[in-house]
Amino acid sequence: MKVSVLQFPGTNCEYDTQYAFEQLGADVEIVWHKEKNIPSDTDLLVIPGGFSYGDYLRSGAIARFANIMDSVQEYAANGGKILGICNGFQILLEAGLLPGAMKRNDSLHFISKFHNLKVIDNNNTFLSLLKKDELINIPVAHHDGNYFIDVKGLAELEANNQILLKYCDDNGTTENLNGSVSNIAGICNKERNIFGLMPHPERAMEELLGGNDGVRMLKGFLQ
Amino acid sequence: MKAIVNVALKQGVLDDQGKATHHALDTLGFKEVVKDVRIGKQIIIELNSSDEALAKEEVIKMCEKLLANTVIEDYDIEIVG
Repeated sequence: MKVSVLQFPGTNCEYDTQYAFEQLGADVEIVWHKEKNIPSDTDLLVIPGGFSYGDYLRSGAIARFANIMDSVQEYAANGGKILGICNGFQILLEAGLLPGAMKRNDSLHFISKFHNLKVIDNNNTFLSLLKKDELINIPVAHHDGNYFIDVKGLAELEANNQILLKYCDDNGTTENLNGSVSNIAGICNKERNIFGLMPHPERAMEELLGGNDGVRMLKGFLQ
Repeated sequence: MKAIVNVALKQGVLDDQGKATHHALDTLGFKEVVKDVRIGKQIIIELNSSDEALAKEEVIKMCEKLLANTVIEDYDIEIVG
């Protein structure tokens, strides 16, 4: 299994992502944004977290025009699997590969902590090892995680089971973390090959470091 | 010639920064005079062109492609001097 991880100026989760997938037994290659093509043997493309281009203008708005992105669009159109984590999710939204947009958190604060998530859909590669309605606890770390989509767009997400994860409390009741429409933390596209979430599964790989719920999430891609 | 581009969240998209600023103004004693606050950004572009209509057309393209995220934001363009 070959995982390619994109790297832009300001990306800062590429090595955590590399560590996470190497722990799971994958070959990982970090790909600089100036490259023209992603490696042809890529089984999974990850756009990791960070602050690409300093989040200037809007989070992800400038990264979306990087050299490598034509190749990413082509890979996506051919059904290639893509996972966008945090800033990677923001880039996928800006690139139009996932629907909706990100706003500043409603509290206007940067939120950095472990938080509960509820699995809304597991009929997809990413979360296939988790149970529906299962709770997981992994870190969130973002300033612009307030997911927005209009009423019509939300109805489409719901109808196609594209909502993957929602923020919730210890009892599994979904709750507002950052202002996101319907408490959404992660979604996929209609074709179910492009995944985006704000929380960081790659930071939850070791019990010793606060939790390992990320293992079962990322492992879904290795089956 | 310059293009002055104002980008702000659409009406109907909750503007949390505007809301917080409104609240702060209320606390500072401006409650009676302030009806609503919305926060946006201004982008000032120095243009090479001297053809106003053509310049505006180009700036619209810039807004649609990069300067605004039209899922959540509106923009307006003013071409000056």
